Amino acid sequence: MKILVCISHVPDTTSKINFTDGDTKFETNGVQFVINPNDEFGLTRAMWFKEKQGATVHVINVGGPETEPTLRKALAIGADEAIRINTPATDGFSVAKQLANVAKEGGYDLVIGGRESIDYNGGMVPGMMAKLIGANFVNTCIGLEIEGDKATAIREIDGGKETLKTSLPLVIGCQKGLVQESDLRIPNMRGIMQARSKPLNVKEPIASNAETNTVSFEKPAPKGAIKLVDTVDELISLLHNEAKVI
Amino acid sequence: MSVLVYTESEEGKIKKIALEVVAYAKGIADQMGTTVTAVSINANDISELGKYGASKILQVSNDKLSNFNAEAYADVIAQAAKSEDAKVIIVSSSANSKFLAPALAVNLEAGYVPNVTALPESTSPFKVKSNVFTNKAFASTEIKTDVKIIGLGKNSYGLKENETSAANEAFAPNLDAHDFDMEIVSVDKATDKVTIADAEIVVSAGRGLKGPENWGMIEDLAKTLGAATACSKPVSDMGWRPHSEHVGQTGKPVASNLYIAIGISGAIQHLAGINASKVKVVINNDPEAPFFKAADYGIVGDAFEIVPKLTEKLKEFKAQNS
Repeated sequence: MKILVCISHVPDTTSKINFTDGDTKFETNGVQFVINPNDEFGLTRAMWFKEKQGATVHVINVGGPETEPTLRKALAIGADEAIRINTPATDGFSVAKQLANVAKEGGYDLVIGGRESIDYNGGMVPGMMAKLIGANFVNTCIGLEIEGDKATAIREIDGGKETLKTSLPLVIGCQKGLVQESDLRIPNMRGIMQARSKPLNVKEPIASNAETNTVSFEKPAPKGAIKLVDTVDELISLLHNEAKVI
Repeated sequence: MSVLVYTESEEGKIKKIALEVVAYAKGIADQMGTTVTAVSINANDISELGKYGASKILQVSNDKLSNFNAEAYADVIAQAAKSEDAKVIIVSSSANSKFLAPALAVNLEAGYVPNVTALPESTSPFKVKSNVFTNKAFASTEIKTDVKIIGLGKNSYGLKENETSAANEAFAPNLDAHDFDMEIVSVDKATDKVTIADAEIVVSAGRGLKGPENWGMIEDLAKTLGAATACSKPVSDMGWRPHSEHVGQTGKPVASNLYIAIGISGAIQHLAGINASKVKVVINNDPEAPFFKAADYGIVGDAFEIVPKLTEKLKEFKAQNS
């Protein structure tokens, strides 16, 4: 089984978000970049398939050379090979198109992406990829077993979960639950050393067009001061009369 | 040329978020000088859709579509969009809408922007504002394609009424075998609980509760308010509560009217995930907890004393005000 894990290179969850160039660009100065958390759950599950079922695991990212440390980290966790498509990640559709092209050419059986990236929160790349490849797709995936070309996936739905039977090729948009937080792997020294000599192939992009273009950013208005109260009666009265939410 | 809106239903009943997307679609239709067409799949009672601005309702009734199926539903909406020659399509931000919208976008070669918070700043060029960086910022994005898909963020437009006389029309889509490649084996869903996605009020608790055995009072409070229960990341990581209750940047987003945080310090990732909620209340014994900087109302004190008292007083309040 060949698995492709899509890795988004995103600011660490604790990052302060600021913009530059007249609020048109994300300020990357002083920001620590990490593997998108949802993608890391997927990568960890891919490692399980590698170790238990002999799968080959490749990781892929669409972005400039600055994203390579994030791919190296994925290699240090245990992926066999990395691919970087050498073009800035502009909008969801153009990224999906680049990824789908590699996924198709490479004949991957399973393509794993996160439910959404924590930067742009688009949540559209895995679904678009599946449609472009013509593969089955399970979003908000919290469980996956594969036997031969058959797959059983669990999807989180509002208020519960749903178990689905499907077949490969399959694309999933995964999230926490696919593996537990405690299953996540911190690269060890051996992994980090090995990652340096694993292949990281740079591919040039195919022709693609962005369908959307983010023109500018803004930050939410600063929050007003909190009203501290001493009693629950006061709180109920404020929620009823002032905030009008109860 | 109408604005097409996908109105979700569950067990034949139109969902509340569907009414909000209809109201929003009406707002856009007014900007563009056109009308709203709703497409509903296996809904029994569609009378409310007109109240929020739908002029035409395409009703799909098909037993094969009795369970949500992203591939087939996206196909139905795409066919409805083509038959209406709709250039703007509105969906919600529910798990199901987010599941089907990317396929719909590829099918219609449409640019798609999710988590949209307001009516377009302009419709030519078509520019919308959306939440990005998990509520830490807004982006203004131009959709450049001929057909456009907007995913409206929950609770960002409101249920604006706009009484319109709606014409119903049966709509029979062409479904192909590929639409049913996936088989639903089982659905495991608590029917007696309010879900975080649908909830108007969410009661959430953190490590301050000291252990899973103390959640009884949180559930009591939630029940009194008709609220959903949620928790912070450490609580779900320790297995005190199920992952499905974890709210925050890597958990579920919350966009309720009221969010009550009990014994949650307010890590930046947590605050980001719940920030789209309208009113935030914090109850914490540590006055230095970062949540006090993010909330609207707060009580500094021991949750074990305050929460039962709050529940009791709310019961009295409900009895008087109902």
